[in-house]
Formats: sequence, C-alpha cells, structure tokens
Amino acid sequence: MPGETVLLLGESGSGKSTLLSLICGTVSASAGSVTVAGTPSSDLSGGARDRFRAEQIGMIFQQFNLLPFGSVLDNILLPLRFAPSRRGRVADPRAEARSLCGALGLPDLLTEKAAALSVGQQQRVAVARAMIGRPPIIIADEPTSALDETSQSAFLDLLFAQVRAHGTTLLMVSHDPRLGARFDRVVAMKDIAHIERQAA
Amino acid sequence: MILRLAIGSLGARVLTVAMTVLAIALSVMLFLGVEKVRTGAKASFADTISGTDLIVGARSGSVQLLLYSVFRIGNATNNVTWQSYQDIAARPEVDWIVPISLGDSHRQFRVMGTTVEFFDRYRYRQGRGLEVAEGAVMADLFDTVIGADVAATLGYTTGDPIIVAHGIASFAEHKDQPFRVSGILEKTGTPVDRTVIVSMEAIEAIHVDWRNGAQIPGQSTPVDVIRRMDLTPKAVTAALVGVESPLQTFALQRAINEYPEEPLLAILPGVALQELWAIVGIAETALLGVSAMVVVTALIGMMATIFSSLNERRREMAIFRAMGARPTTIMGLLVLEAVLTAAVGALIGMLLLYLGLFVAQPMIDNAFGLWLPIEAPTLRELWVLLGVVAAGAIVSLVPAVRAYRLSLADGMMVRT
Repeated sequence: MPGETVLLLGESGSGKSTLLSLICGTVSASAGSVTVAGTPSSDLSGGARDRFRAEQIGMIFQQFNLLPFGSVLDNILLPLRFAPSRRGRVADPRAEARSLCGALGLPDLLTEKAAALSVGQQQRVAVARAMIGRPPIIIADEPTSALDETSQSAFLDLLFAQVRAHGTTLLMVSHDPRLGARFDRVVAMKDIAHIERQAA
Repeated sequence: MILRLAIGSLGARVLTVAMTVLAIALSVMLFLGVEKVRTGAKASFADTISGTDLIVGARSGSVQLLLYSVFRIGNATNNVTWQSYQDIAARPEVDWIVPISLGDSHRQFRVMGTTVEFFDRYRYRQGRGLEVAEGAVMADLFDTVIGADVAATLGYTTGDPIIVAHGIASFAEHKDQPFRVSGILEKTGTPVDRTVIVSMEAIEAIHVDWRNGAQIPGQSTPVDVIRRMDLTPKAVTAALVGVESPLQTFALQRAINEYPEEPLLAILPGVALQELWAIVGIAETALLGVSAMVVVTALIGMMATIFSSLNERRREMAIFRAMGARPTTIMGLLVLEAVLTAAVGALIGMLLLYLGLFVAQPMIDNAFGLWLPIEAPTLRELWVLLGVVAAGAIVSLVPAVRAYRLSLADGMMVRT
C-alpha cells in the first residue's frame, strides 16, 4: 500500500537480500512474476528495470552506503543522475539536499568528503540520498545494524519522520523483531517460505 | 557530476593512478622524443650541406660521391683532372666552384685540401656559414684550419703543429712538412667539425717527394724550395659547384655527366641526401617502433592496474547500480577513468618532453651537432597524443567488460 511501512524479518541466509534484489530488479525471477508499485517489473527489460529502480526506489544499505571519494552533495544528488523524473520533481537540487540534511539533523556538510563523516552521519546522508526527488518507495537493508542502540532509535525516528512527511512506502529489512512495533506491517521470511510451500 | 566522481575515484587511488600516469607520461615522452630526434636528425642531415647546387666527382654512385665529398666516409674511385676541373669552372652556367682534395689524414681525422673560398661557399643548416672561433683561415702554405671536434678531441689550439699522415690509417707521415694550426672553426654539427682543412697547394706540397703512393727513397725537398715550386694541383677529388641560375642546374648536370674527356658525375646534394636517408632512416623507424611498444606496455600496465582495483571497487559499483546505473554506465565510468588517466599521462609526457628539450637542446647541439627546434606541437604529435588516449580507452575495455559482468552478477549485493 502507498505510504505503508513494512518490516521484513528474517535470519541470515533466509533470502532477504535476494528478495530485495528481485524487488529492485537487479536480478530476474526464474519463475513467477514480480510486481512493484503496480508495475510488473519482471516483465521489463534489464535497462527498463534499472530506470524503474532509479525512478521509484530510494535505497539505504546497512553500511558502506556512500561513495567515499564523493562529497556529501555528490552522494545525495547521485540518484537524480539516473532518474529524470525524480530530477524533474526537484526545482533546486542543491537547496533540496541542504533541506533534507537539515531535517535529518546533519550540520552543513554538503561539501565534506563522505569518508570524513561518522557512521551515523553517513547513514543519515544515505537517507537524504534515498529521499531526494521523493521516490514512492524506500528500501532499507538493515540500516541500523552498524549503529549503537541510542543511535538506532534516533536514526529510525528521523527515517520515519521523513517517510511519513512525504507519504513514502518504507520496506525495511531486519533480523530484530523488537522493531516491529514501529511498523504498519511485519512480514517474516519464514511465513513467505510457508506460503510458497503451500502454493507449491 | 559523473566526470567529477570519476576524478574523485581516481583521486581515492592517487598513488597507483600517479604511477600509471607517470608510466604513460614517460612512454609518451620517449615516443615523442624519438620522433623529435628523428625529424631533427633528418633535418640536420638534409642541412649538412646547403647552398651547393651540384657536387662533381669521378663517375661512381651518387651516394658514394656524397659520402666521401661531404661526409668524409669512404674513398673516391678516381680523381678529376685539373684540366677537367678548369673546363667546368669556365662554363658560363657556373657561378662559383670550390675544389676538394681528399686522401690524407691526421690521427683519426680526414685532411681536406681546398681553397679559402670553401669558408665562404660552404653552407649548412639552411644557409649558415662557417665561422672561425679562434685564429684565422690559412694565410701560409703550411697553415691549417681544424674543425671543432678535431680541436676538442686532440686538445689543439692555434699555433700547434700538425703532422699529416699519408693516406688513411697509415704510419707514413709527411713529417718533413709540418703544418701549423692557424684557425679553429665554430662547431657546426657537420662533418666539417671532424676535418683538418689545408690549401690545395699544401696537398701538392706534401706530395712533392712522393710517387705512386710511396715516398721516393732518399728524397726530401726542403720546405723553402717547395715554397718556390709551382704547386698547381694536378687533380681534385671532387668539387662543390654553385650555378648562376637554378634553372641551369639540370643543364649543367647533364653537360658534366656527358663530359667527353673523362667520366664524371654531377649530383644534386638534396636528392643524394634523400637517397642516403632512405638507407639510414630504417634504423630510426625501428627505434620509433620500439618506443611505440613502450607506450603499448605502459597502457597494458594501466589495464592491469584497473583490473587489480576491480575487486575492491565492487561496493562502489553496487552503490551505482542501486542508484539506477546500468551496467553499461559502470563500464563507461571505467573507460572514462582510463581516458582521463591516459590524457593526463600524455599531456604530462608532452610537458616533460618540452622541459627536457629546453634543458638539453644546447647540450645535444654541442655534443652531437643535432639541432632540435623547440616548436609548437605538430599535427602529427597531436595525433600521437590523441592515439594514446584512444588506445587507453581501447585497452580499458577489457577490465570494463569484466566490471560490466561483475556489476550484473553482484547487482546491489557484493558477493565475495
């Protein structure tokens, strides 16, 4: 559902990363179909899936999110380079990047090299990069795993504030069931596997 | 922004990139340097003699005549009689004529008999004349003017005595008729630097007591007696000729080649130099080939560097892919980086070459008589630079294709 926040729970090796890759279109389904935001992405060509991902999905990794040699601004603006529609939604990319950084509690670091930031700052820059151009979906792959507990909570507060402010759908992957209370819906990988077995 | 990120990515690996740039720069400098030396040597070679319309000698080959008359290499098959020389000198087409008499030597240097007009008529490097650095041209029968290399090698100064040996590499010396160094010429970068110049009459004078290549036993004519003798030459080895009008050059050449009294050969120095260059130029072409291989080696080094960095850059590629970059974009990024590396290397190579030329130009001229002009890059050199960049792009396609495949396989998740 648009604007819904979903937590995907699963242990290591349960197929979370493969599922994310299927949703993002970087791997093709060997059987069945994948539909994302109403678009049957598995029917698209490789190039069209890349374009779809650039336009529709903002991505946050668990760590090593940023290009270390790029500035904060370079990293935040990177998705716009591959997504003309997202770029069209941003009148002034630099001002938008500064506004997102402000909202995420980052000081004015736009010209800093990404490698010079702390891990927590890098994750918030990754959120700004995912949010720029207001893509309808944000996918976060265990974004808090590299943060301590206090930072985790603060990071999630900021992330949720952003997705709610923009009506963005959030799909977050984690192996921590305690986070479930924050989300509209929790899906466990083992349940998906159970459904698949039943379908078979 | 992609260009800035490519530059940033290169900057993140500054040490290895700098080494690659240096390798390309040095190879480009070597290649362009060889090219500069090649064209400079060709120009210097062609400028060994200028302003002379014809060289006349006994009939042989044009290259052979050029070699012994200008480069002092080898020997004439025969001499030209003094009568024939005078017949040519008397022709209306002839503006000036300078005789050359070769055959004797001093240490490892050839001795050349000529007239003082040689110093006015001999031109090299697009019309430059001979200059006397020290002393003066021959005023006395036993005066000699020596080239710059002769003076430097043998440590001669004006006033020093010189004993001429009979023939080349001979132990028989004309020690009864010693010469005195009256002048030393400025360095020219031509065979004149390695020549001991005496008058035509002096050549006759030192051979007064010689018949058929050997000294007449027991005969030693005193110098003051020789001075009173008629020393008109009986023959010359060759002659440099200037014509009244360039239009008459071919007519005079034909007339000399068809001279009925004895078989003669008249050659156009420029044409003979071109023929000679076609022979010796092969070595320089080989040198150019070797330096081109050095450039190729440097580019292959760059390819290896890109290859070795691919694994550590898989996370970077995954980020690009997650942002929506196609695998072809990743491939293009690597090619762009290679093009930047090759372009910077090529430009630095060019700068190093000009810096080297600026420093070494006078030293090369002084040591080898090779004048390498410092001029704006030629179109050919710019094509070479462009070729290096294009070759850099081509060799980078190999790791770029590997990166393409890796980014397709990895997607957003790096599997190690």
